[in-house]
Amino acid sequence: MRKARAAAAVTIVSALAAAVTGCGGGSSEGGSNESPKTLTYWASNQGPSIEADKKILTPELAKFEKQTGIKVKLEVVPWSDLLNRILAATSSGKGPDVLNIGNTWSASLQATGALLPWDTKNFDAIGGRDRFVDSAVASAGAEGKDPSAVPLYSLAYALYYNKAMFKDAGITKPPATWDELVADGKKISKDGKWGLATEGGNLSNNIHQVFVLGKQHGADFFDKDGKPTFTSDGAVAAVKQYVDFMAKDKIIAPGNAEYAQNQSLQDFSKGKTAMVLWQAAASTFASQGMKPEDWGVAPVPVPSGVPGTGAQTNSMVAGINIAVFNNTKNIDGAKKFVKFMTSDAEQTLLNKTYGSVPPVKAAQSDPAFNASDVKVLKDTLATSAAPLPQVANESQFETTVGTAVKGLWADAAAGKPVTTESVKAALTKAQQQMTP
Amino acid sequence: MTATVTPSSGHQAGAVEKTDNGGARGRRFLPRIPDRIRQGGLPYLLLLPAVVLELLIHIIPMVIGIWVSFRQLTQFFIRNWGNSPSAGFDNYKVAIDFDAPIGQALLHSFLVTCAFTVLSVGLSWLLGVSAAIMLQENFRGRSVLRTIFLVPYALPVYAAVITWAFMFQHDNGVINHVLHDQLGLTDKPSFWLIGNNSFIALVIVSLWKSWPFAFLMLMAALQNIPRDLYEAASIDGAGIWQQIRKITLPSLRPVNQVLVLVLFLWTFNDFNTPYVLFGKSAPEAADLISIHIYQSSFVTWNFGSGSAMSVLLLLFLLLVTAVYLFITSRGRKGSDV
Amino acid sequence: MSSPRSPMAPPQSFLWTRRVVLTVLAVFALLPVYVMVSSSLKPLQDVSGKFQWFPTNLTIRPYFDIWKTVPLAKYFLNSLIVAGSATVLSVVIAVFAAYAVSRYKFRGKRTFTITVLSTQMFPGILFLLPLFLIFVNIGNSTGIELYGSRAGLILTYLTFSLPFSIWMLIGYFDSIPRELDEAAMVDGCGPIRALFQVVVPAAVPGIVAVAVYAFMTAWGEVLFASVMTDDQTRTLAVGLQGYATQNDVYWNQIMAASLVVSVPVVVGFLLLQRYLVAGLTAGAVK
Repeated sequence: MRKARAAAAVTIVSALAAAVTGCGGGSSEGGSNESPKTLTYWASNQGPSIEADKKILTPELAKFEKQTGIKVKLEVVPWSDLLNRILAATSSGKGPDVLNIGNTWSASLQATGALLPWDTKNFDAIGGRDRFVDSAVASAGAEGKDPSAVPLYSLAYALYYNKAMFKDAGITKPPATWDELVADGKKISKDGKWGLATEGGNLSNNIHQVFVLGKQHGADFFDKDGKPTFTSDGAVAAVKQYVDFMAKDKIIAPGNAEYAQNQSLQDFSKGKTAMVLWQAAASTFASQGMKPEDWGVAPVPVPSGVPGTGAQTNSMVAGINIAVFNNTKNIDGAKKFVKFMTSDAEQTLLNKTYGSVPPVKAAQSDPAFNASDVKVLKDTLATSAAPLPQVANESQFETTVGTAVKGLWADAAAGKPVTTESVKAALTKAQQQMTP
Repeated sequence: MTATVTPSSGHQAGAVEKTDNGGARGRRFLPRIPDRIRQGGLPYLLLLPAVVLELLIHIIPMVIGIWVSFRQLTQFFIRNWGNSPSAGFDNYKVAIDFDAPIGQALLHSFLVTCAFTVLSVGLSWLLGVSAAIMLQENFRGRSVLRTIFLVPYALPVYAAVITWAFMFQHDNGVINHVLHDQLGLTDKPSFWLIGNNSFIALVIVSLWKSWPFAFLMLMAALQNIPRDLYEAASIDGAGIWQQIRKITLPSLRPVNQVLVLVLFLWTFNDFNTPYVLFGKSAPEAADLISIHIYQSSFVTWNFGSGSAMSVLLLLFLLLVTAVYLFITSRGRKGSDV
Repeated sequence: MSSPRSPMAPPQSFLWTRRVVLTVLAVFALLPVYVMVSSSLKPLQDVSGKFQWFPTNLTIRPYFDIWKTVPLAKYFLNSLIVAGSATVLSVVIAVFAAYAVSRYKFRGKRTFTITVLSTQMFPGILFLLPLFLIFVNIGNSTGIELYGSRAGLILTYLTFSLPFSIWMLIGYFDSIPRELDEAAMVDGCGPIRALFQVVVPAAVPGIVAVAVYAFMTAWGEVLFASVMTDDQTRTLAVGLQGYATQNDVYWNQIMAASLVVSVPVVVGFLLLQRYLVAGLTAGAVK
């Protein structure tokens, strides 16, 4: 009797489970036009706060509504939630129509099939692929596949330096090679002041930096087939060079090892550190009380002193892409919205507001993007930036290698030796934790 | 209010704890229910909302979770996850292969969690019992202190833990300010949020958050001890320390059984504290299992493997709880006789 | 509540131990609260510099800025609705269930109590995604939107606190003499009236203890809230993260906002503390 009842209970539960699992997320490719008058848009947090973003975007959405009659429902999603929300949307099929993604996620999200692929036809609907900077499009999905998103805001790394501190130390021009940077850093690093700042606890930042140094050492973190190659001599040398700024050269304050919330920018604006490698930091410095003439911007150093491609790469292609969710019920409207957001006028206006560089070539001619700050970023993007590996398990790469570098920073800060062997061991462990 | 209830819950003054238990147990298993209310499905009706909710929120999702643990559910299949390929026992094999890196990392994280739980629960109990005993007697400032001790329990977790993260900063935190700048106990400021000390930081925050609960439960239990026991003991010449050892601590045994189990489960599964303190990637020394599994499923989008790890964790907790209840209830029966 | 238990004065050794232990514990408990208060009164420049015990540039601006940086009032209201509803429902459902278990003999009772208690052990990570998918599918098939709505979060949180609440209340109800409700039923009350007229009033401290527990559980939860809410329904636990933006962490505002959202809860909690002690005395201590 009791057994029979238990069996019945199990049957009911598994039937329920089957009913739930039976209907997964995805519908057919390309969406539909069931509700042509509305769109939901998830914007990422680009400005000083979520509320500020809403203020910036709302008038633009009103313009769009006036042009097309489509009402856009805006939600600004904090970065801490964005990926989880996209994940939830992907697995359930219930998400926004249009959304912003970090461009390093492009290949991961592409692999899920949740995003509309931007083939020639779709690109033509927004004015053609040629309107966009090549390196920006290259960071919108795996090589050889149609991009999963369209570049919206582009960024690159630059070297920000404190002019007064340089002058006090007798330095006349910003360093162009790493040797010069270390030499300058040593001149400055005394009396509680430091040459360079870093964000040791920030996994993404660690990845961005060692990726570029890896390029300079001729190493990629993935081979042609997308298999991890974290332990190559070049990769080990790159990571060691980076951590050695603290461990050996002692131009980074040990406290930087735990920074993960942009404390390095605060140190910079307080005159505690003279240099920081960052993407578009100007607005933050200004909000922390620095005047534009207090700091200078130069390209990130490269071995030869002249940035270029290959071993002279000095930045990853950073930026935000805009994507259309495959399950959208307003596919035409969604494309129209992407077209609107990537139009010359909106690109100029929004990138100016956010301090980023327009990935749309025509918009770059605006004088605002030729001011010294942004011009460095723009030139870097055009000539010497490379996209991060566009592989499906990019987030695993960030987690494992980023954590390994974070651990090495902790060693360096605690005064433990950082050797080629210890770096190689950390990277080996990271590589082994990548699931095939 | 309290005064009117304490006697009814205090088991007809003077009753010794032993008989209470017997009484409660007897009542629960041999109910004296009048015949006319035993009819019908009323108890089932009363249970219905709880059963429906437990099914909807706990049981069915968990069944699905177990199903997922046998699937190869990575980002390639997440969109159509009903059709993800079967993985057999592969996810489990990878998780418990302690010679390979993934299993090794899981084992490491499991051991860290065990050490963390033992320390946090043990110290919480110690602080709780000390505070409860010290506040058992009336003196000036007693109720103020009791209020102060409950503040950590009342503060929202997120707000409290982020404040601790702020305090543990290397350069600007109050902890280093006191230890290094003011007391000069360390040669140079220590790191609390990275490296090996992060384990200590985690234990401190967890302890800070959970000892008030232990205090609250133990304080409540102390009110159940009949006062004449102490009076009798002091007439026999027992000093206060002896009274604590001979009367107070032994009579806390039943509440300890419950308290330790509850604290153990909460601490072992705690996600909020490490997540707010360290973010998505905890330092190796403080890599608690909940964060480890979170990383294995949500950060890297491998839900099959993450679910398998969770199921293993659940089995472990069930096993520990069963063994714990078996041992403690046997011990209790022994002492009752 | 309780008077000196022994006619003899405690020895000096005990008094000194007591002073030291209680002082240390009080400092430990209050240190973060002090840091919160003092940091919330500093400008951003000062909070991100060397720690100072006393603000040198005292300011109350953070308390005005917090409302502009994130929609704090909305998050607060959401949290209040979610945690409040979850608490009320959880208590009502737990009272029914505990009453059934405490007063009736029926088949499946043991299975029920053991199952409910063991759900306390489920790691949240294991069923976060399945639960989310169930909510979405319920929405698709019935039109009842649980995902992203407060209702979904309320259901989730109320169930989180059910096991512990039911278990506590069973213990509490067991301690209320059965003769009381039997007498009421002899007087012609139905069992439900007996529950509400006799058992519940006698169990107020236990119910308060359970309610406080349910409220705190719902108020502080981070993981489920981060996946299950959107712009309109975001709760405080997630919303407070909005003070850490891409370029800046507004520590002073975080501290001010934390205080603002904590004060009502702490005050309410402390007002109820005497019920709590009494409630736990009978409920869990069994």
